[in-house]
Amino acid sequence: MPHLPDIFFYVFAALTLLCGFLVVVNPFSRSPVTSAMFLVLTIISMAGLFVLLHAFFLAAVQILVYAGAVIVLFLFVIMLLDLKEEQRRKLKTFSLAAGVISVGAIAGLTVKAILDSGPGKGLPAPTVEGATAPLGKLLFTQFLLPFEIVSVLLLVAMVGVILLSKKDLK
Amino acid sequence: MHVGLEHYLVVSALLFSLGLLGVLARRNVLVMYMSLELMLNAANLALVAFSRFNNNLNGQVMVFFIITVAAAEVSVGLALIVALYRKRQTAHVEDLTAMKL
Repeated sequence: MPHLPDIFFYVFAALTLLCGFLVVVNPFSRSPVTSAMFLVLTIISMAGLFVLLHAFFLAAVQILVYAGAVIVLFLFVIMLLDLKEEQRRKLKTFSLAAGVISVGAIAGLTVKAILDSGPGKGLPAPTVEGATAPLGKLLFTQFLLPFEIVSVLLLVAMVGVILLSKKDLK
Repeated sequence: MHVGLEHYLVVSALLFSLGLLGVLARRNVLVMYMSLELMLNAANLALVAFSRFNNNLNGQVMVFFIITVAAAEVSVGLALIVALYRKRQTAHVEDLTAMKL
């Protein structure tokens, strides 16, 4: 009888990879809207993987920020642009084949390297919990300066986006 | 077989490769951008897995910062795409050849 979290790991990992595949190469539709929808599913199943890793805060943030904000932004832009034309274009066979071969080689190499080196061997049993309280404590003590810098970065991004989307860009 | 660090790293590597394939094979700027997000997420998964199995919370703080920076990056990138579309009326990389000699 396998351990229950292990079964969940395989389910969520398979879902993540399948939906990620459908974001990139969907055989039924080339529309960016379907890609965005499958990106939502990928992110939600990845949040499931985060829960299995006891990173509860990050799982919530992943769903709130990615599925909630980033995808909505993507969909807004897709609706703003007229992308009917994309579906008529053909993929170039040569570039597709070259991409598949090189990426397959990279994936094979990485997976082989991971399995051969066995980074998980000899580690003690995991006990760390990524709940909100310990993460918050760390953020406001050891990582206070990066935290403040990130808030400035968000302000800069906001100002930049408003400037970029003005009608007459100078 | 008990699920350990290797399993999560393999999923992360495969997801990263999928994102790379999307950037290489797709020619729509928006879909390429979504593939970039996939690659960022794959890196996040690897960091969270390392953090859990090494009993060190710093990796998760790193992922927190990566998510924030990715959100800022997406907003700026999409604003750039909209500005580009206003000028050129296309979201297809093969039509954007102004810098080609």
